[in-house]
Formats: sequence, C-alpha cells, structure tokens
Amino acid sequence: MSILVYTETENGQLKKSAFEVASYAKAVADQLGEKAVAVTINAESTNELANYGIDKVLEVKNDKLAKFSADAYAETLKNAAKQEGSKVVVLSQSANAKYLAPLLAVDLEAGYASNVTELPQTDGGFTVKRTAFTNKAFNQTSIDTDVKIIGLSNNAFGLKENKSELEKIEFEAQVSDENFGINVESIDKNTDKVSIADAEIVVSGGRGLKGPENWGMIEELAEVLGAATACSKPVSDMGWRPHAEHVGQTGKPVASNLYIAIGISGAIQHLAGVSASKTKVVINNDDEAPFFKAADYGIVGDAFEVVPKLIEKLKEFKANNA
Amino acid sequence: MKILVCISHVPDTTSKINFTEDDTKFDTNGVQFVINPNDEFGLTRAMWFKEKQGASVDVVTVGGKDTEPTIRKALAIGADTAIRVDTEALEGFQVAKELAKVAKDGGYDLIIAGRESIDYNGGMVPGMLAKLIDANFINTCVSLEVDGDKATAVREIDGGKETLTSSLPLVIGGQKGLVEESDLKIPNMRGIMMARKKPLNVVEPVGANSQASTKKFEKPAPKGDIKMVDADNIDELIDLLHNEAKAI
Ligand SMILES: Cc1cc2nc3c(=O)[nH]c(=O)nc-3n(C[C@H](O)[C@H](O)[C@H](O)COP(=O)(O)OP(=O)(O)OC[C@H]3O[C@@H](n4cnc5c(N)ncnc54)[C@H](O)[C@@H]3O)c2cc1C
Ligand SMILES: Nc1ncnc2c1ncn2[C@@H]1O[C@H](COP(=O)(O)O)[C@@H](O)[C@H]1O
Repeated sequence: MSILVYTETENGQLKKSAFEVASYAKAVADQLGEKAVAVTINAESTNELANYGIDKVLEVKNDKLAKFSADAYAETLKNAAKQEGSKVVVLSQSANAKYLAPLLAVDLEAGYASNVTELPQTDGGFTVKRTAFTNKAFNQTSIDTDVKIIGLSNNAFGLKENKSELEKIEFEAQVSDENFGINVESIDKNTDKVSIADAEIVVSGGRGLKGPENWGMIEELAEVLGAATACSKPVSDMGWRPHAEHVGQTGKPVASNLYIAIGISGAIQHLAGVSASKTKVVINNDDEAPFFKAADYGIVGDAFEVVPKLIEKLKEFKANNA
Repeated sequence: MKILVCISHVPDTTSKINFTEDDTKFDTNGVQFVINPNDEFGLTRAMWFKEKQGASVDVVTVGGKDTEPTIRKALAIGADTAIRVDTEALEGFQVAKELAKVAKDGGYDLIIAGRESIDYNGGMVPGMLAKLIDANFINTCVSLEVDGDKATAVREIDGGKETLTSSLPLVIGGQKGLVEESDLKIPNMRGIMMARKKPLNVVEPVGANSQASTKKFEKPAPKGDIKMVDADNIDELIDLLHNEAKAI
C-alpha cells in the first residue's frame, strides 16, 4: 500500500506544484502510516523529491510521452497505482492534471475530488474539503470508494520540507497505440512568461485602465514581481488582452499567493474566480468599489499615478533585498 | 453529424450562496437557474455546426423536473430535442454514468460538455463520460472544427495553447472561445414558441451509484478588515506585503 503522487515536470524539470503535491502526499502518508511514492515522466533529475518526504520515485522514461497525452499519462499512472497498491492518488490542478484525472478515475474505479484545500479527515471515513460554487463556499466531500483521487488546489497546502531517503526505480509506462487517439499537432507556449496557473503573484488589470495601450505599466509591474498578467472579462471581450488572461468565474481561476487588482471594480463573478488567492491588493480610484470589501490591502488612487510609483519603489525594494 | 450537448443547470453567476438543513443542502430559495456558462458556449458552437455544416443537436441534462426550464431554454436557442434523465445529479461519476447510457443509445459523433460546472466545479463529467463510452476526449477546448470524421481542436494549456486532431466520436470539455460572448443568443419569441413543440424526452435513470457524497457545506470565514494605504505612501504597502503578508 502507498500514497501515489504525480509530480509533473516542465521541460524535464520538476514544477513547483510538484513539490507542493509531494508535501501533501507525504502528510497523507504519515496520517495513514503508509509510504509516499511519486511518479515522474521524463524528469531529468528527481533528487529534489527527497526534500519533501518522498520515499520512492517511479521514473518513467519514454519518448512516446514526450508530449502530454491525457490518456497515455492516465494509463501510466493507473499502472503505477496498481503496482504500488495505492489507495490514494494525489494530483495537482494544472491544466494537464485536470485533464487526465477523470480518465484515471474511471480506470481505477476511484472517487475523485477536485479543488481540495486541506488534508483529508481519515478517522472513520475519508472526507476532504473542497471549494464549491467558484470559491463562494466549501464542500465537505466523503470519497466512498476503495481508491481515492485527490486534486489539490494550487497554493492551498504549500511546500513542507521533509528530508527522506529516496529510492529511485525505473518504471515502464506500458502504454499502447490505443492511448494515442488524439494527436498533438502543435504547441504554442509562451515560455518567457509565467502562466496564471503556476504564478505565485498575479497582476490583473480591468476596464479602469481605459485601453490596451496602457498595459505597458501592467506588464512592467508583473515583470518586476515575476508575476503573471491577467485581466477582467470585459477587457478580454473587447480584445484589449488575449482571452487566456481572462480570470474569474467564467475565466481562469486564480489561486496565487498575491493578487493585485488594478482598475477592477470587483463584480461578484470576478471575485468568485480570484478569491482563493491568499493576499489581495486593490488599486482603484473609487473608494466605493466593491473590491475593497474583499481585499486585504487597498489604495484609493489613480492607477496611472499609483502603478508607476509602485514599480519604482518595488525596483528599489528588489535591489535592496536581492 | 449527430451532436449531443450536455447541459448542467446551475445557479446564475450573481446568486448568493446559502445552505439549509444543517448546511447539508444548497438553498435554492430565490435562486435563478441558468444553463452553465461553459455549456452555453458549447451549445452555441453546436448551433453553428447545425447551420453551416448540417447537424442534429440534442441536449441532455441529468436532473429532476426543476431542470426542465433550463433545457427548454436550450431548445429555444435552437436544439432539436431535449433529454432529461430523471434522477437527481449527486456527483460527477454518477452523472457521467447516466450520460454514458444516453450517449451510447444515441450514437453521437460529437458530444459537447463544459470544462466545469460553476456550482460544484468538479471538472469531472466530460472526461469520465468519454472514458466510459470509449471516445476520445479533449478538455479546456477553445476552438473546434469538424471535417468529415476528423476534428481539429485548440486546447488551453497553462501558459499557452495546443492544437490537436482527433477522430470521431469525440467528447470535449468546452469553454469561452468555442464561440465569442457576442455570438451567444438570447432566445427570441419565435424560438420560445417553437421550443414548446419540440420533444423533451424524460428517460429513466440506469440508477448509477455514487462514489462520493457531500457531507456538509461551509461558507468561507468572514474576511478581516482591509488595511488602507495612502496613495502617497507606497513604501508602507511594500512593507506590509513583505513583512506582514510575506507575499513578496
Ligand atoms: C455570466 C457572467 C459571467 C461573468 N464572468 C466574469 C469573469 O469570469 N470575470 C470577470 O472579470 N467578470 C465576469 N463577468 C463580468 C462582471 O460582472 C463585471 O462586469 C466585470 O468583472 C467588470 O470588469 P471591470 O472591473 O474591469 O470593469 P468595471 O466594472 O467597469 O470597473 C472598472 C473599475 O476601474 C476603476 N477605475 C476607473 N478609472 C480608474 C483609474 N484611473 N484608476 C484606478 N481605477 C480606475 C473604476 O472605479 C471601476 O471600479 C461576468 C458577468 C456575467 C453576467
Ligand atoms: N447533471 C448534469 N447533466 C448533464 N450534463 C452535466 C451535468 N453535470 C455536469 N454536466 C456536464 O459536464 C460538464 C462539467 O461538469 P462538472 O464535471 O460537474 O464540473 C458541464 O459543463 C456539463 O456539460
């Protein structure tokens, strides 16, 4: 028996979210008195997993898996879970993990709970806390199957350092042509920018910025902070910014450590999608903007004055704290 | 082409969320229900296929009689037939199994579902359904073309996009981008009148069991007071973010 965790890589490197799910899997393993076993696909090095309490890693090296395939990756994880007799499988909530999780659930006849924010309660049953109604509420869900799959919300658990003896084992993916019903024709990825899903800090602009030509300062602020850029829905609807930047209830969810909202009023649909972020800062020239009720820090002021000053001060701060 | 659009019936995005019966049930009192926004984009794309390439469009929901106005709205938008599987939607796996029966019976080429429902945000049903009926599956789909028995789709990935091709039958988890906001149609009077005459078939559930169950709902803890910082005192904000929030 074991707790299995899928630790994702990007260009062969383990992602930060991989260490978060590893930390979580280790905590669940301790709770249940089991071992924490990771699976990596085409990782260059898995050494770092020893900093987060992983006991064993199944290293898959397979050229067929060079590009992500939900079906083939799910198949690989199924085979790993079967071999390890895993009762709990932990995944992140990256786009790829969310894509493969339901397939894996059917393969393993497992109950799957997504958007989980805390460790399970395991006295008696197996209950997890997950967000519902786009962060307007939480739901205590009991998973009633023998095998359970947990999708852990990004940044919900954090990294927990925990030294371990890491055993490395080669693992055969055991995928076949049948797992490749979908062909990846091309990938268009912005590699020099952090994505909203992976970002610790997100800088977001709304209609208050007046037009696309004013996004220079938003980009610059994001660059200083190493942040991803996002926007409210009308901004992407009007074509000021790409759709992929639209966040909120009907856009991308944001669960960053820091969310900075500039010229965004804080409509219920916007707040729903971003409120999982830990710290929220609002910059708005209307002191009655609803966002002030949902934020931790606020500045009432004109974005065109405040943001350049903020950039300048942050540059000084970064220089002094480097 | 035979298209099935899976519709989940969800509280309108502005709804205040409350619970009853000791926080075990969602309080539907005064709540307006709508077609899940992700499904509305998919339905509108299905109407595009119908107009431009010729297709029949069925819509399906798993739910009680209270969901009928929602699927009637899909008929008013232009779907041909509605199917309601007469059982309460309890959980993703159970819903997927109920939908799998409808999908198999109908022999659809394309099944359009949404990336996630905005109520329980499971993001489970489309993938499970695809696996159960042995169809290909593409999630977070923002563009979809079909040519003969081949589909070309664009999927949103973290930090970019991916172009994929697949044979049919195909299930997608769709979202905005399949069509634009401005393409969404508010049903007109004629559509509403015609919808009354279109078939709404109520089918018996297979009685799929659940694999997970809601024990209790909770509201988020009330927010502490906001700290206001003067626009002339940016240093204070940086200090708070660094030392108090530990966010930078
Ligand atoms: C079904 C549905 C789904 C939706 N989903 C989403 C969603 O997912 N995400 C989303 O964002 N919205 C969503 N919306 C839209 C939402 O209701 C709001 O309309 C939208 O969030 C408003 O965007 P905004 O804050 O950028 O613009 P506005 O509401 O116009 O706010 C602009 C703000 O900028 C401030 N401002 C103006 N000038 C300045 C200045 N110089 N300096 C500083 N501040 C300034 C103003 O005081 C104002 O508060 C949805 C709506 C519906 C009906
Ligand atoms: N009760 C239901 N009836 C029909 N389709 C559903 C139902 N629940 C979910 N779906 C479909 O599955 C998608 C994802 O839902 P979920 O997995 O609940 O987040 C929705 O956008 C719908 O297309």
